[in-house]
Amino acid sequence: MAERLRADLVLEYPFTRTTGPVIGAFLTGLREGIILGIRRPDGTVLCPPTEYDPESSEPLTDLVEVGPGGELVSWTWVDPPRAQSPWDQPHGLGLIRLDGADTPMVHGLLVESPEGLSVGMRVTARWRPEREGHIADLEGFVPEDAKQ
Amino acid sequence: MSADPRIPPAALSGEVSLPEQLADVEPVRSVRTPIRLEYDFIPGSASSGYLNAFADRKILGQRSPVDGAVFVPPRGVDPRHGAATPDYVELPDTGHVGGFCVTRLPIPGRDDLEIPYVSAWIHLDGADIGFLGLVAGIDTSEVRMGMRVRAVWKPDDELGRTAENILYWAPTGEPDIPVTAAGTNAWHAKQAAAGEQG
Repeated sequence: MAERLRADLVLEYPFTRTTGPVIGAFLTGLREGIILGIRRPDGTVLCPPTEYDPESSEPLTDLVEVGPGGELVSWTWVDPPRAQSPWDQPHGLGLIRLDGADTPMVHGLLVESPEGLSVGMRVTARWRPEREGHIADLEGFVPEDAKQ
Repeated sequence: MSADPRIPPAALSGEVSLPEQLADVEPVRSVRTPIRLEYDFIPGSASSGYLNAFADRKILGQRSPVDGAVFVPPRGVDPRHGAATPDYVELPDTGHVGGFCVTRLPIPGRDDLEIPYVSAWIHLDGADIGFLGLVAGIDTSEVRMGMRVRAVWKPDDELGRTAENILYWAPTGEPDIPVTAAGTNAWHAKQAAAGEQG
């Protein structure tokens, strides 16, 4: 019987997407160092912003600044990071409800060990010095009391 | 809200309100979102038989036990009936172009393909479905549905257990087969005839 066959395959698409004004505004904000949410008719704020109200499907257009601090709602620990992770060190992934927002967003938690994380803790955004309008402009979140 | 699909919703028209800090900056209009999946491919028995045979310059299909239809590449089953197809059929390296596409723009990650190039459904003689290949050795404007082709293989000392052994498909110069009998038209005609008999 012939030796078993095996091949390393790669599926890859180099997409560039147009953003539209809502996601575009969110990314513009990241480039400028602020985080935007979007206000629903009932006054609650979604962050990250969506183009449509998740209940009524009506378009949403009222972008407001939220954060940069917030509360850690849930988290997990990633060790080691995968090859294409934006982070090259072990890190947390968290759901962070930013101040002024009613929904949490997922992002990295830049701490050295999982012992540094707990649900309900205060965290704040850490920005990359060079920003281009991408979710990775936000390097991640750090404990608020560790802010430099 | 009465939604007319031809009219873009407000969220796409640019009518959003922004915090003051963003009033006068250039807005982001596009974003790079590449995706990449790396995986190990381990072929099952039908695909292994197909790939192993390539090392001997052989192209294998499998025959449906239901109506004798020949599938290439073989997948181990007749997908129409869920019937196992244990019997291999050796196919010739000749057939015709069942359909094709001329690509004039470079594809990221495929620098080995010189543009323009032609990718085509190759319908082998004796097979009931087509499989993908490159057509070369002819001006792209001359490629047509029903054109007879033959495989151009790598040199013997470069053959491996891979479909890449076939470099491309070149025209044989034989007369075309009629478009009505080419590609999937042949399949549909055969299925219709079988239906009438049944």
